[in-house]
Amino acid sequence: MTDILQIENLNIHFRTAEGSLSAVHDLSFSVKKGETVCVVGESGCGKSISALSIMGLLPENGHIAQGKILFEGTDLLSLKPDQMRKMRGNKISMVFQEPMTALNPVFTIGYQLREPLRIHQGFSKKQAHVKGIELLKQVGLSLPEQRMKQYPHELSGGMRQRVMIAMALACHPQILIADEPTTALDVTIQAQILDLINDMKEQLGTSVVMITHDMGVVAETADRVVVMYAGEIVEEGDVETVFNDPQHPYTKGLLASVPKVEGELTQLQAIPGSLPNLGEAIVGCRFQSRCPFAMDICRSQAPPIYEENGHQTRCWMKEGESIADNIVPS
Amino acid sequence: MPTTLFQVKNVKKHYPIKGGILRRTKSEVKAVNGVSLEITKGETLGVVGESGCGKSTLGRAILGLEPLTEGQLIFADQDITQLSRRQLKPFKREMQMIFQDPYASLNPRQRIGAAIEEAIKIHNPMNAKQRREKVLSLLEEVGLKREHYGRFPHEFSGGQRQRIGIARALALQPSFIVCDEAVSALDVSVQAQVLNLLKKLQSKYELTYLFISHDLGVVRYISDRVLVMYLGNMVELAPSEALYENPVHPYTQALLSAIPRTVPNKERERIKLMGEIPSPTDPPKGCAFHTRCPIATELCSQSKPEWRAVGEGHYAACHYVGEELNA
Repeated sequence: MTDILQIENLNIHFRTAEGSLSAVHDLSFSVKKGETVCVVGESGCGKSISALSIMGLLPENGHIAQGKILFEGTDLLSLKPDQMRKMRGNKISMVFQEPMTALNPVFTIGYQLREPLRIHQGFSKKQAHVKGIELLKQVGLSLPEQRMKQYPHELSGGMRQRVMIAMALACHPQILIADEPTTALDVTIQAQILDLINDMKEQLGTSVVMITHDMGVVAETADRVVVMYAGEIVEEGDVETVFNDPQHPYTKGLLASVPKVEGELTQLQAIPGSLPNLGEAIVGCRFQSRCPFAMDICRSQAPPIYEENGHQTRCWMKEGESIADNIVPS
Repeated sequence: MPTTLFQVKNVKKHYPIKGGILRRTKSEVKAVNGVSLEITKGETLGVVGESGCGKSTLGRAILGLEPLTEGQLIFADQDITQLSRRQLKPFKREMQMIFQDPYASLNPRQRIGAAIEEAIKIHNPMNAKQRREKVLSLLEEVGLKREHYGRFPHEFSGGQRQRIGIARALALQPSFIVCDEAVSALDVSVQAQVLNLLKKLQSKYELTYLFISHDLGVVRYISDRVLVMYLGNMVELAPSEALYENPVHPYTQALLSAIPRTVPNKERERIKLMGEIPSPTDPPKGCAFHTRCPIATELCSQSKPEWRAVGEGHYAACHYVGEELNA
């Protein structure tokens, strides 16, 4: 399988009143054709900002200081705004967390659904209308003809998210970026939407980049997982390896702090402390202040990435595994 | 013999929808439609359900924050339903609430020491020095530092703010606390800290919790018994273990099955619920769940199922309780 999207050493900075803050450091990962990659992490880890940078939609005070985003070999960062506009919604599209704010409240569903088809595919209004109805049927909305005439506020949260997915898939994109697509939804509706994204992905062969904070959603949808902490990738690997044999203390901590609905009931292992602020200068490993295994070297030097059979971990404990086995939590 | 702390009898809360020139009541939102519970001293009763199921309204109604449409509240053998504001005051200090978003419930211009102190000022005859000492010890109790006393809410992270919310609720040494989505806004690593703190405080002060959440994992972790609600109705009530191991109501079964597990398994079959939650202004006749239920029959659309016992402390409202749900 070929890589359709490659992100190389991406660094994103923000200009703020307190000076330039670094939100994402040296982010590198790739997405293969037809693959679902989940980017998981807690708030402020840079996952959403990375997704927005792929779309070229960084907020005004953000800029890419360094790095490349290669889509089918072309660096998206080198494209002019009008070339990028031809990509967005056409080759690469995005589903947002809150469909009410992502949909325009003053236009009908039909208008918004026809828009990408008319712009990118050159459909006439009539053709686009027919295609729009077909898309709504595809995403499982009842009464599609009627829905075309309705406004976003007339639909429920789950229905709006289906409309967003229909819009995103209208032009058969190669990549679908889904930023917390189910976070605002109830679990029974979440299950429907996750199934829908999976079905669509299989039918159309789309690659999916799913951004989420929910380890459960990752386990259910991902082929590969990228775990981020404070702007960096701390672990990356295929979903079975990362869940069954997590290597980084943060990934382990994250998995141990999710309350389970089945199996034995054990004491939750919380990760002590809280997430660092963007502006905080951290020496050494970024997780060091919360890590139960932190050693002297973690406090002075940032760890490199260690790789074993495609499973990457950014942790000093991988340096000489035998030493790590003897370390007890402090 | 465990003692009952709080009895909730057939509580209903309906909100009128007014319309027309005369502002007549056109219809009602039946947010809570007949809930009866007995909350035992020292236990945690979890309440779960999807949005609009009435779980938050139930919590507010129990605390007297919403006047009841119908029903009775009995706290420590005293009927508090009809009491005046003044008569209620001694009861109010026994019952506190922890909110979902502590930032919204804290005054941004008030130092947190003063925010925690406020309730003590009203209810306890303490002088300023004693109050300050009390607040400082509360701060330490919830895992904050004494020097946080003079800071403002914006200086804290989400998890710390929730700790402030907990300190505030504890200030009057209540016996009963309603936690309304108390950890839902927190990141998982911090959420686990707060859950463990709530558990620690419970065993230390023999607190009784009504823990409202949409997250079934969190509810399982903290609750002794769990109530499942759907569209203002009680669906199933059981000891935590029985509910998660052996749910009998099709809604509970579907809800549990819909939760993504943290074990990668693409083959896992979910029970799929079709459609969306109906509007509580116009709930379906008969069993409220019949429009989405995989085993619904003619009977379900006509008559409302009774609340029946299906095991030791295990109740459910379904005509076909005990029958296998094949999905």
